[in-house]
Amino acid sequence: MEQWLSLLDSTIRVATPLVLAALAGMFSERSGVVDIGLEGKMLVAAFASGAAAFVTHSPWLGLLAGVMAAVSMAMVHAFVSVTYNGNQLISGMAINTIASGITPVLGLAWFQQGGNTPQLDDDSRFHDITLPFADALSNVPVLGQLYSKLLSGHSILVYLTILIIPLVSWVVYRSRFGLRLRAVGENPHAADTAGVSVARVRYIALFWGGVLCGMAGTFLSVYQTGSFIKEMTAGKGFLALAALIFGKWRPLPAVLGCLLFAFADALQIRLEGVDLPIVGQIPSQAIQVIPYVLTVLLLAGFVGRAVAPKSIGVPFVKSR
Amino acid sequence: MTDFAIELAGISKRFGAVQANRDVSMHIAKGSIHGIIGENGAGKSTLMSILYGYYQADSGSIRVNGREVRIRNSQEAIRLGIGMVHQHFMLVDTFTVLENIVLGAEGGLLLKQGMEQARAHLLQLNRDYSLEVDPDALVGELGVGLQQRVEILKALYRGADVLILDEPTAVLTPQEADHLFCILRALREQGKTVILITHKLREVMDITDAVSVMRAGTVVGNVRTADVDKEKLADLMVGRKVSLKVDKAERTPGAAVLEVRGLSLTDARGVKLLDGLDFQVRAGEIVGIAGVSGNGQSELLEVLAGMVEPTSGEIRYHGKDLLQEKSSQPRAALYRQKGIAHVPEDRSREGLVKSFPMFENAILGYHNDKTISRRGLFSRQALLARTRDFIRQFDIRPDNAQLRVGLLSGGNQQKVVLAREIHANPDLLLIGQPTRGVDIGAIEFIHRRLVELRDAGKAILLVSVELEEILALSDRILVMAGGQISGEVAAREADTVSLGLLMGGHKQ
Ligand SMILES: Nc1ncnc2c1ncn2[C@@H]1O[C@H](COP(=O)(O)OP(=O)(O)OP(=O)(O)O)[C@@H](O)[C@H]1O
Ligand SMILES: [Mg+2]
Repeated sequence: MEQWLSLLDSTIRVATPLVLAALAGMFSERSGVVDIGLEGKMLVAAFASGAAAFVTHSPWLGLLAGVMAAVSMAMVHAFVSVTYNGNQLISGMAINTIASGITPVLGLAWFQQGGNTPQLDDDSRFHDITLPFADALSNVPVLGQLYSKLLSGHSILVYLTILIIPLVSWVVYRSRFGLRLRAVGENPHAADTAGVSVARVRYIALFWGGVLCGMAGTFLSVYQTGSFIKEMTAGKGFLALAALIFGKWRPLPAVLGCLLFAFADALQIRLEGVDLPIVGQIPSQAIQVIPYVLTVLLLAGFVGRAVAPKSIGVPFVKSR
Repeated sequence: MTDFAIELAGISKRFGAVQANRDVSMHIAKGSIHGIIGENGAGKSTLMSILYGYYQADSGSIRVNGREVRIRNSQEAIRLGIGMVHQHFMLVDTFTVLENIVLGAEGGLLLKQGMEQARAHLLQLNRDYSLEVDPDALVGELGVGLQQRVEILKALYRGADVLILDEPTAVLTPQEADHLFCILRALREQGKTVILITHKLREVMDITDAVSVMRAGTVVGNVRTADVDKEKLADLMVGRKVSLKVDKAERTPGAAVLEVRGLSLTDARGVKLLDGLDFQVRAGEIVGIAGVSGNGQSELLEVLAGMVEPTSGEIRYHGKDLLQEKSSQPRAALYRQKGIAHVPEDRSREGLVKSFPMFENAILGYHNDKTISRRGLFSRQALLARTRDFIRQFDIRPDNAQLRVGLLSGGNQQKVVLAREIHANPDLLLIGQPTRGVDIGAIEFIHRRLVELRDAGKAILLVSVELEEILALSDRILVMAGGQISGEVAAREADTVSLGLLMGGHKQ
């Protein structure tokens, strides 16, 4: 039980930035804009929030800076691919490249610590929160334990994410914006003739995607490690994209995909250096590869045909 | 107070070198059904797109209900009470009917309330005009006829008083077309104004109150329907006499070119789309396949063209079973090489690459032809020469081989496909809906070309929803119903009544 609880606990920690990024990707891709720039937006946010939190000693100002940085990147993406009908993949890739270049350069210039930001002191970081009655309930079997060990003791960002998931799902399926978002990604010409501004919807979608990426990046630097580290996103943006495809561009299944990848990741950390029956100790390289192998297997075999929004990747040009 | 819903005055529109509309004036009476006819590329769709705010006119003015207006985009058109059913439907396939209808007119930030209101309104409209559309059906799963009604509903829901329909019957079966006309008449009774673009003179005579005839971008006639007949209209449209009958001498057909035995096709859900077909097509004959669409005709063409693998049966071509042939190429390419040409029913999905220029489309599927390519390299000269030849022969407009095919008018796109496949001089021509969206002048020409091909001893299998076309061209007529051949008639003895019975599934 203990073992399992702590495994699931780390799953939640690993999953949080993935979930935020996947939901960000869902907004942009549902609107018809391919978003391989998730990685870059997260990285920029991680840097901006780490730097701002260090300077201002406030994790919340860090979050604000992270969100603003990611949103600016998203708006650059929108400007190129929506306003000017540029290639969405190339502009997305450009965002990744710029992000991984500019963050260590600025870091070096401002803090002289090899491109990283300085370690944050306790006041400037997000902390784990103990939910009310967690201690008292920790002895109640099962439910109490789940509450105190699994649900309690996470950062505020985790709780925000837990609230955001149903909110996003509700927006996508129950709101006017959601209907327009889905229509624009599926058939922008239909949306346009029905009087919906395709460009506007895409801008809004990318904006919210930026906000979520900003939170994801902040989680990494201002909560998890307590400083920005070069290339700290390490492919999480792409993993989130994979989870999004796994979930067929639907919010809840995409979250499930994130949890699955996060679980594999948590398992990998746990398995390192452990003697298993029969096989013995598995080399750490082989274990580290588990989440990625899982990604490939899931995407190749188990998902079935992933039907993307029909107009994804296609700039909207009014003509026949 | 005027009694005109729409008045267009001096509208001109130019696309590059093409003058699509030139000083067009037109008055459309309130509460009438107004037809617009004209050759392919005459500028009908362009004119209506201007009225709907999709394009801006270079000059000219528009009055709606007597008031001069500027229509800069579709939203403004909608606000003025103008609705349009496009030639290509503007629907989101993954949405339900209801979602498609409220899109853009949700009436609030949340969907729920708007949807409920829309549902009530929709059921009312459904009843008023006997539209018979299920609000919760997924649009992608509806047939074209129903999708079209969803488009009409969309316009009505937004309060359209003027409804523009661009070739609405081109994709409909005759039954569906009849239903559509009932709907249009009901609309007229309620005081709505309908503008109908069509190539079918029969429809114009049946349902319109007045007609405008367009040619080469200008209006060449505004007439009351009661004052004219079909021949007169055809005359006005093409500027010469058109024979609506095909001259065709009796001929004795030769050996069987295509022989199909026990051909069956079952889909993933186990539904029999083709059910044990047996028939022949001989050299020098045109075999027409009649039937209500959706009874296996499309699948038959796809199987014979090698696009779909049948579940069982034989396809004998010059005596050899094609299905036994081994080849590293895709089946469709192999068949094509052996002299089977195919004009697909849906030109934009299967016949053309719309973003390619005309000259590249003119050789699709024939790129290994020695006269245009050597060692994998095209001779641009030869390509362009061939395309210009097509343009001349088939009177494709505008006569610019470098133009993107997507910019051609519907009928001219069809001519590109036809020219390409007929040029291949095939032993067997599979042809689906050859004259869909084509004007009567061109129909006359296409029909003549098909008869010429037959007289040269080629075999032709013709699928068409137009009974008149089947009757005019075929030597023998097979009727399909429920994936089976429900009967065969010699063309001489056939008439619409007996065919209609067979199409309903009554076996001979
Ligand atoms: N966006 C565009 N760019 C360039 N040329 C165009 C464009 N739209 C239309 N045209 C040209 O304008 C002319 C009129 O086209 P239009 O589609 O209005 O014809 P139509 O009367 O509707 O013909 P059809 O009966 O075949 O549908 C054609 O020559 C067409 O090629
Ligand atoms: Mg047209």
